[in-house]
Amino acid sequence: MNHARTAARLTLDWQHADRAATLREHTRRYGPLQRQASGTRDLLDEVAAARLTGRGGAGFPTATKIRAVAGRRGPAVVVANGMESEPASEKDQALLARAPHLVLDGISVAAEAVGASAAHLCLPRTRDWLTECVLAAVTERQRAGLDRIGVAVHELPHHYVSSEETSLVHWLNGGDAKPTTTPPRPFERGVGKRPTLIDNVETLAHLALIARYGAAWFREAGTSEATGTMLTTVTGAVSRPGVYEVEAGTSVGDVLALASLQAGAEAVLIGGYFGTWHDIAAVAGRPFTAAGLRPAGASPGAGVLFVLPAEACGLVEAARIMRFLASQGAEQCGPCIFGLPAIADDLAQLAAGRPEGDPLSRMQRRFGVISGRGACRHPDGAVRMAASAVRTFGADARAHAQRRPCLAARRGRRHGWQQTAVLPVPRPFAEGEWR
Amino acid sequence: MRATLQVDPIACTGHGLCADLLPELIELDEWGYPILADNIPPELAALARRAVNACPALALRLVRTQRKLTTRHSYQRDRSEGARRAGAEGDG
Repeated sequence: MNHARTAARLTLDWQHADRAATLREHTRRYGPLQRQASGTRDLLDEVAAARLTGRGGAGFPTATKIRAVAGRRGPAVVVANGMESEPASEKDQALLARAPHLVLDGISVAAEAVGASAAHLCLPRTRDWLTECVLAAVTERQRAGLDRIGVAVHELPHHYVSSEETSLVHWLNGGDAKPTTTPPRPFERGVGKRPTLIDNVETLAHLALIARYGAAWFREAGTSEATGTMLTTVTGAVSRPGVYEVEAGTSVGDVLALASLQAGAEAVLIGGYFGTWHDIAAVAGRPFTAAGLRPAGASPGAGVLFVLPAEACGLVEAARIMRFLASQGAEQCGPCIFGLPAIADDLAQLAAGRPEGDPLSRMQRRFGVISGRGACRHPDGAVRMAASAVRTFGADARAHAQRRPCLAARRGRRHGWQQTAVLPVPRPFAEGEWR
Repeated sequence: MRATLQVDPIACTGHGLCADLLPELIELDEWGYPILADNIPPELAALARRAVNACPALALRLVRTQRKLTTRHSYQRDRSEGARRAGAEGDG
């Protein structure tokens, strides 16, 4: 029996869609987007009452963010973040590819709310099909004379840290797509030195619907703690991997059931490559929300669940993610430049069952000193992922440390890790290309 | 005025001079980058200033407490309670 609460809002009619909804289809589906006659105050109140939170991973209250930008002097800038650099997430590209007008509506609404004079949409350079699709929608709107300000679509280098807010600002200002030291935060001084609102594309899509239907409607889905719906990406040992829209507050187990969890799977990576590993049994009953997962030391991140297949080795997968994350830093801060590769080496030795010295205690020491010491949170996230792997696969880790690796690791040693590993680890983007 | 030591992690190149001058509050990790103590006892304030002035990369700073040099969200301080929730990895 499947108790999962699906709710098609952003994903309305997606089951029929193998292409982006045209402006006409979009308008028929959701109704026209009315210009706010009574000013932006009403909209802000609605967003606050809806208790919409950011869907890019941070979960920050969207109304607070909009107010912070709207409260500054002078014209503001809106930036839509469609970078989706989390390799295990597909929801932002799925949304942009099928309902680009929902996101563009959201940009328009946000621009009105903060009094913006410019709007940007940032996409990864690695997905030109997506850019084409979005540009077609932008052209449609220009022809229809729909928006007060045009949206500039940009293609940025697709490094893991390039989706950070400050990376987008830095790139749009002519620099590298790397995080910068804060303050100033973008809301104070962002693109072109102007107060800048940066929101994930899914957040903006929800904003477009709140502007149409109001806060009370938005809250009809979800719980009092987590309102509305959310997009999730479920992959790994499930029979129907993909993007699912669920009501906020749906349990981890119910989300997994939607994608049809395969028998024998015991562990899940929650929140993506920046997330944490857990026993499925320990988290299945928990709501897939920030507050629901906090006691377990997890966070939904950008709504990602990756199920480890029964025959795979969690340590091998964690080692591969760690190697990827170590290669994806901005090469700016010492603890990240040296610390992450060191932990990646420790994990690789452990995964292979070929320890030099005592990688387990070496890692524990390193976990303790790296977090919080970079300009961005890249090292913190990487360390958290590695630490959760050692914790969740503890018995396995101790056996590997005594040169008794599991079957999957032995197979990997014999036939090459690429043959046996299951997680999609992208090839690192061309080195040095940050502009 | 209460102050804390902070390092700009991008500017820091791991000279390690600060740890030589102020071992009471600064230790180096295994790669030579400083790990800072949270609080500066009054008797070490002068030494802390000296360490800051000696940093060849101008990466070490004394910062009044409350305004932190991190990427944590700190939207306007006087705004709603949400502003106090420290954000976030990823892109909000």
